[in-house]
Amino acid sequence: MNLSGKASAATPSLCDYAAHFSRRTLLGAGASGLMMSQIAHALAMADEKGVTDPKRPLSVILLWLEGGPSQLETFDPHPGTAIGGDVKAIPTSARNIQIADTLPRVAEQMHLASLVRSVTSKEGDHQRAVYNIKTGYRPATTIVHPSIGAALCHSSPSLSDIPRHISIVPGGSPGRGGYLGAAFDAFKIGDPAGKVPDIRRRVDEDRYERRLDDLYDVVESEFRRGRLANLEKERTLHTTATDAALKMMSSDQLDAFDVSSEPKDVLSRFGDHAFGRGCLAATRLLDAGARCVEVTLSGWDSHINNHSLQSSACEKLDPALASLLERLKERDMLETTLVVCGGEFGRTPSINPGGGRDHWPHGFSTLLAGCGIRGGAVYGGTSPDPRLDSSKPTDDITNVVAVADLHATILSALGVPYDEELYTNVGRPIFRSEGKPIDALLSS
Amino acid sequence: MPRMKTIVNAIVRWGWLTLLVLFAFGYLAAGLSEPQNELQNQGSGQLSDASLKDLNHVETILAKTWENQGLERTEYADWLTVCRRMSLAMVGSGLSVEEIRFLESLPEDQRESVHLESLLLDSRFHHYWSERWSRFLVGADEGPFLVYRRRRFRIWLYEQFASDRRYDEIVRRLVNAEGLWTDRPEVNFLTVTFDSNDGQPDPVRLAARTSRAFLGLRIDCLQCHDDFLGNVSLGDIESPREGLQSDFHQLAAFFSAAKTNGFQGVQESEADYRYQYLDSDEDVDVEPAVPYSPELLPDEGSSRSRLAAWITHPENRQAARAAVSHVWALLFGRSATESVDNLPLDQSAPEVIEALADEFIASEFDLRHLIRLIVKSSAFRVSSRAVFLVTDEHEKANAVFPLTRLRPEQVAACVIQSSRIKTIDRDSSFVTQLQKFGSTNDFVKRYGDIGEDEFTNESVTITQRLVMLNGNMLKESISDNPIMNASSHIDLFAPTDDLAIEMAYLSVLNRRPSESERVHFGERISNAEFRRQAIEDIFWVLLNSTELAWNH
Repeated sequence: MNLSGKASAATPSLCDYAAHFSRRTLLGAGASGLMMSQIAHALAMADEKGVTDPKRPLSVILLWLEGGPSQLETFDPHPGTAIGGDVKAIPTSARNIQIADTLPRVAEQMHLASLVRSVTSKEGDHQRAVYNIKTGYRPATTIVHPSIGAALCHSSPSLSDIPRHISIVPGGSPGRGGYLGAAFDAFKIGDPAGKVPDIRRRVDEDRYERRLDDLYDVVESEFRRGRLANLEKERTLHTTATDAALKMMSSDQLDAFDVSSEPKDVLSRFGDHAFGRGCLAATRLLDAGARCVEVTLSGWDSHINNHSLQSSACEKLDPALASLLERLKERDMLETTLVVCGGEFGRTPSINPGGGRDHWPHGFSTLLAGCGIRGGAVYGGTSPDPRLDSSKPTDDITNVVAVADLHATILSALGVPYDEELYTNVGRPIFRSEGKPIDALLSS
Repeated sequence: MPRMKTIVNAIVRWGWLTLLVLFAFGYLAAGLSEPQNELQNQGSGQLSDASLKDLNHVETILAKTWENQGLERTEYADWLTVCRRMSLAMVGSGLSVEEIRFLESLPEDQRESVHLESLLLDSRFHHYWSERWSRFLVGADEGPFLVYRRRRFRIWLYEQFASDRRYDEIVRRLVNAEGLWTDRPEVNFLTVTFDSNDGQPDPVRLAARTSRAFLGLRIDCLQCHDDFLGNVSLGDIESPREGLQSDFHQLAAFFSAAKTNGFQGVQESEADYRYQYLDSDEDVDVEPAVPYSPELLPDEGSSRSRLAAWITHPENRQAARAAVSHVWALLFGRSATESVDNLPLDQSAPEVIEALADEFIASEFDLRHLIRLIVKSSAFRVSSRAVFLVTDEHEKANAVFPLTRLRPEQVAACVIQSSRIKTIDRDSSFVTQLQKFGSTNDFVKRYGDIGEDEFTNESVTITQRLVMLNGNMLKESISDNPIMNASSHIDLFAPTDDLAIEMAYLSVLNRRPSESERVHFGERISNAEFRRQAIEDIFWVLLNSTELAWNH
């Protein structure tokens, strides 16, 4: 029997009726539109009422500023000093906090967020620094560490048809599962204005069904013959993953990826670009069951024309970040959603002859908001008149925050035991984070 | 008359132009250059008497292992399956129909040997292994800006494999590298660790890389503290002690002699390494020293040349074990031990690795000899399926061939190769090579690059299945394209459905269909409205199978 109705009498023993039923269920459930998952229902309700289920699990939106944003042109301006450049500082909705005039709308939401202005690392190379910030560990030769999203998804079981770790407009290094396994890698999509890649079948439904029948009933069963007893369950998981992919293809939760149904004014508030749409999609995806959504904005690597490049990038960041915080607050999602905004390092206090700033891992800024992070606070600071002694680069910084400490803070806010030891594939236990949380930011 | 002359001239001119256009089209689409058929120049590929003796030694060890463990060995796999394993391991792709047809023209007992010898000389092998070795020597990242050129390093490795350079010579050149990273590509082994804080290669990272890649020892934890878990044993091989923090930093001290010197690149100078050990109050000078067998370290020479001589000393068996372990893992797709780069000094590796290490040293570090020994051994040739119940123990002891998941590049290459009847190599048309390059990059980016973590059999992801079920590369490779695609050629030129099915199976899975598969797909084709679509569907099914995605 096959689902196309064309019998294959010559090979009846190859057919698995239960599998047929199961595949039709997988392919047909969402497509029929008659069934709606609990989470999809929550998405619809959120749109209708403008609020989200308060019992939803803790989640994170990571706004990844790829290339190394300048702290001086964003969250830590020092106008009127030798290192300040052309930027001005503006007051914000948080008392005693000023940020650069490149981010006027974010300034209006600063009462919701905290700034860490003293993050330091030992990595001044893009790829190594990205790894360091995304995993909390410096690159090692023996192991690949999981990113924040992977750690979060690993800490709780899945209830969703769609992947829970998602990277929108992924740059060079989307979050990876590392030693937790590829199953925790970020699912990558492009601009949410377009379709989710590879989600639509390329032939009609009957033909697709026939292909799947032949795959499952003929070729896979032939391969299993004479091999390991539990080949699928204990080794390949190939059919299991195919089932999950088919389930996702027909899931109504896919609507969460599509922001085109949002009102025009909402879309324009976030910004008419991939990053803005990505930030908007992130809120929808969290409603649909995702736990970590990473949205990448590139264009920060300003070795020349620093002010111009940073300002251009800020023009995209400003409306998107401000609208994201605003929306999360409006929908009561900020209590359960952590927003992290930063890049792999900052940029040098001194301006080079090309008018640019180079890589600077010795004191840069990260914004945190939600999930119990104090609003309107600043932790750490950089000197407006640094001595720039290369042998003691942290002397110009107060309350130095190591990358590991930043990670411990993020994991702690997300309710993940940051000091838990995990058994890894290199045969030794590793702490989720080797840092200590910044208590001053966590105690609201 | 003049009018006739004008017409003739015009015909000649247009004729030449047409011919030129046709030639250009032919070159772009199919490649008109005469391929150097290396296959036909390989003879029978039989082993010499000396090599046969070495192989017998390995076979004796394998038989003894199975007997000691009370395990039954499965039958040998058919020649096509063994050749597919060779191709996957050495060129990162399955066989083409062209290769299969050529091998079928030879006596059956020569096919495996001829294919192996052909692959050893194949530029695809040199290219593929240079990429794989680059990953464990310098990683998969693009690395530091300006001072590191990964591509040049890979091409340098390609040249070493192509010229059949001795393994110990490759290691010596890497450890001793001097000069500019652009002019002397091996220098990139050092500059990939370039520390932007002090503008020099990082001795700590070089020590970690050296210990793993060349010594098969994971001593990274000693960077911060003495071993207190009993994981690292060093010192006297006969009576090892626990690893000390000083072991790691003394090894790193050798590399402190590598200094960048402006336009001269990396140059050797005096080793000057200082380190503040755990629980110590101040930095101390650290003299270069090796973590075991100090008697093999020469007294004379520069720091790095002494280290290189020590690593490649014929009596440094640990280093030979590390090399064998790595080559074994590349050929089987998985490590013979728990980790390919962790062969504790105080523990024996599997007996077959120990035996191969002896043969590798005796052959004066001949990589091709080592590959021949492994590929011709029973361990490589046994079937992955059996009439008895297959267990993990059978796989660990190589009594059955272990199932291993293909790397993303291998999956991409298999899909692309299956879409062509002819072998895709450097003799292929410009368009084909360009298409392969672009498609592979896009596919791997989407499918997920596993980086330098080479031998972890990670589970398949939803993204990967979506890419195969609905992705563009697969669609392009099986859709109706009479000029390029094998599925169209089969539809056009296979006179019977049976042959069409067989060709599809050979193209994608490098095997013939079973009787039940042949009957089933025969009915599919005969019941189909369009034969072309039915053949395309068979390609899709086979490309989406576990069998395609796993080495067996």
